[in-house]
Amino acid sequence: MVKGVRFRDHRDMGDIIELARRYREEQADELVFYDITASPQGRSVDHGWVSRVAAVIDIPFCVAGGIRDVSSAEAILNAGADKISINTPALENPGLIDELAHRFGSQCVVVGIDSRVSGGDWFVHANTGDPERMRQEPVATLQWVDEVQARGAGEIVLNCMSHDGVRSGYDLEQLQAVRERCGVPLIASGGAGAMQHFADVFVTCRVDAALAATVFHSGAIAIPELKSFLRDEGIEVRQ
Amino acid sequence: MSVVIVDSGGANIGSVRYALARLGVEAPMSRDSAEIRRADLVLLPGVGSATAAMERLRSARLDTVIPTLTQPVLGICLGMQLMFEHSAEGDTPCLGILEGSAQRIPRDIGQPVPHMGWNSVAKNADSRLLDGIGDGIYFYFVHSYAVPVVAATTGLCEYGSPFTAVAEQGNFFATQFHPERSGDNGARLLENFLRLGGGG
Repeated sequence: MVKGVRFRDHRDMGDIIELARRYREEQADELVFYDITASPQGRSVDHGWVSRVAAVIDIPFCVAGGIRDVSSAEAILNAGADKISINTPALENPGLIDELAHRFGSQCVVVGIDSRVSGGDWFVHANTGDPERMRQEPVATLQWVDEVQARGAGEIVLNCMSHDGVRSGYDLEQLQAVRERCGVPLIASGGAGAMQHFADVFVTCRVDAALAATVFHSGAIAIPELKSFLRDEGIEVRQ
Repeated sequence: MSVVIVDSGGANIGSVRYALARLGVEAPMSRDSAEIRRADLVLLPGVGSATAAMERLRSARLDTVIPTLTQPVLGICLGMQLMFEHSAEGDTPCLGILEGSAQRIPRDIGQPVPHMGWNSVAKNADSRLLDGIGDGIYFYFVHSYAVPVVAATTGLCEYGSPFTAVAEQGNFFATQFHPERSGDNGARLLENFLRLGGGG
């Protein structure tokens, strides 16, 4: 079981390194650095900070945002990231998943899917970091889940948009439906507000990890407490 | 004490270097057989496919050098699998140092493949790498191929079925997991290895 922490706006590196250290001390199992502004502005993350993180952090971490081609992915992996996550660029060019998986192996390639219900089915959304440019894709979420796996995705992060930031719990129905179709590790994202929400998503949806940002950053949930809570609920967690 | 990391290609083997730096050891990456033979300790990491990694070792003639090394050698992840006789990944003949072969983790075990995440390791023999590290401790795994439990296995992990998580035989040591990404226990394991070179 892996608990992730999502970072946004890592402009102040000192803070980010400190925060990353703190989460590592608190036994977070993995960190995700997410540059929410990268895709909409058509730019890539800069890589200097990746090597600074890699030098101090000894748990796995993933970098998401603005990875548009093999060379930008390679720069980030060479800087020391364990995984790269692609979202909008995969929708614009699905062949990128194949290329990345072929070049670096599926284990490095995470596909992020932003999804919410629309007209009775779940649909994928692109450019979700920018309300002006956000758009619904014609592809249904479950179909996209099949396709990204066939193309070589090694992990799927499903961000349930209608639950994101609401803190009312993960979207169990959608995550369950995706789990049925998903043979690679599935990470739940969007909606964590209480410790019980983590227990619910692990038990009900059999996800491999749950990602959260707000509740960890705000201090509403401390990771050590969350882990002992989950242990008491009979869920296996790293001690 | 000199430590060398074999440059077996693939991205992100730099994290092994960072992990050693955190322990106060600067280790260059090398494909030079003389430099590798001279080192007190050798690490063989690896990311990517067995076929590509073996091709890269062969092109530097390291496929004949590594099996003849006499100093402690630590294979990590794909580097561990390369130490065995064969990998089902691309039907690739490997270094043949340890008896056994890497097989694809079956898709029908009811668990996601790749096996990616923290999992616990049980000792099944005396282990110098796991010295001072408790039983059932979690390490970070990322792999789609695994070596079944074999003669050299000193630590095993369960994922569908038991597989080799730690292997030790003579001067050859190996972990399927990533000690460089396994927090304090991973650091302790790397320290145990460094101690074999007479330093720390």
